[in-house]
Amino acid sequence: MSEKLPVADFATDFDHVDSTWVMDPYPIWEDLRSRCPVAHTDRYGGAWFPATHEGVTTIAKDTVHFSSRSVIIGNGRPTEEDLPAPIGLAPPITSDPPFHAIARRLILPAFAPGPINALEPQMRAMCVQLLDRFGDDEVVNAGMAYANYIPPSVIRQMLGFPESDTERFLEIAHITIENVDKPEEERIEEFVPVNEYFLAQIEDHLANPRDDMTSFLLNVELDGEKLPHELVSGVMILILVAGIDTTWSAIGAALWHLAQHPEDLARLVNEPDLMPVAIEEFLRFYAPVTMARLVKEDMDYLGCAMKQDDWILLGFPAANRDPAVFKDADQFIIDRAENRHVAFGLGIHRCAGSNLARLELKVALEEFIKRYPTFELADPGAVTWSQGQIRGPRNLPLRTLR
Amino acid sequence: MKVSIDAELCQGQGRCFSIAPDVFGFNDLGNGVVLGEGTLTPETLKLARLAMANCPEHAIFIEESS
Repeated sequence: MSEKLPVADFATDFDHVDSTWVMDPYPIWEDLRSRCPVAHTDRYGGAWFPATHEGVTTIAKDTVHFSSRSVIIGNGRPTEEDLPAPIGLAPPITSDPPFHAIARRLILPAFAPGPINALEPQMRAMCVQLLDRFGDDEVVNAGMAYANYIPPSVIRQMLGFPESDTERFLEIAHITIENVDKPEEERIEEFVPVNEYFLAQIEDHLANPRDDMTSFLLNVELDGEKLPHELVSGVMILILVAGIDTTWSAIGAALWHLAQHPEDLARLVNEPDLMPVAIEEFLRFYAPVTMARLVKEDMDYLGCAMKQDDWILLGFPAANRDPAVFKDADQFIIDRAENRHVAFGLGIHRCAGSNLARLELKVALEEFIKRYPTFELADPGAVTWSQGQIRGPRNLPLRTLR
Repeated sequence: MKVSIDAELCQGQGRCFSIAPDVFGFNDLGNGVVLGEGTLTPETLKLARLAMANCPEHAIFIEESS
């Protein structure tokens, strides 16, 4: 693969894996809102980026003109063959109506507040265990040794996969979400072990059925028939990928913020009831997830001459910073009472795991600040950010002050 | 005064039943539902309004009859 050219102008040549965007995308989006407001690039075979809340929400709700059959921008335009509509590779996130509703109905009950809230005690115990591993260390890596272990352990338990596979999960999520600009052949090759892993887990569950989501998916019936294994594997890949990098990023970003804002940290320590409101502001201000859509047919839309199979980079984090909708949008206000943020998306593809994500974020933060009521960045220059459509800190060394 | 949720618009964002658990609950899919008849008292009206102002799908409606 040849070296990428640096971005000349984000309005006409944007690249969401460009280092400027990865480090601090917010000034770029603010600039785009004032002069586009829909940016374009010829990269990735052609893509559009609406920078306003209105543009993002209009497209998110419009399943007539936009398809979800691929939600991660790859290098080049997808073909019907490698991404079959309307089901897609990882239903229901990659599904369009009408199949979407069938697949979504299937998985939603498992992610409703009832079953999710039941996970809280084991989640809390796991966070305490992770914190115990830090011992008396003054500097702790809240990214690589805390935030990133929580979601995979939770999802692994839900799917009923071996405890020893937690590390393997991280690799799989990384392969799928990051490195989007690798050549297609390399991407396909990288996916081979991922598919093999899931099929092996399915085999194991067929031989030894148990009370977990994998067995649930293998037993559930659609029109009187069990689901094909590729479909089960697709849903499992979705649950795993959508549930790991995303929540890890949200936990990490919240800790990164608190490390630099002692006044907010002190309020959370002293006013535990503030946590639910604060969590919504963390979600608004540091929304980790950007999705993608595909243009279904040539059309003029939001003043743009869109072509069939152009990508849309659907920036929920950008929508959340739009001053047209949020007062003092560029200010983090820990007790913001009115907060109609769209961190979990909008419309029929609203994040199915939002109840789980919120609970993980709450428990992870509560336990961390209980153990460490004061902390700061140990080395601001050492903090690294993920590249791709999920944004959050990866390396996050914090100095704990006792 | 009565509150209602438009089931066509609700996508289960989950804001209403966490902000106003005395007014809203959820069904087996995690979508919001109004508890009971949805009749509001002055206290629950405040919370219902706050939930309305936080619903990203604009799915909550309050009928302010005299």
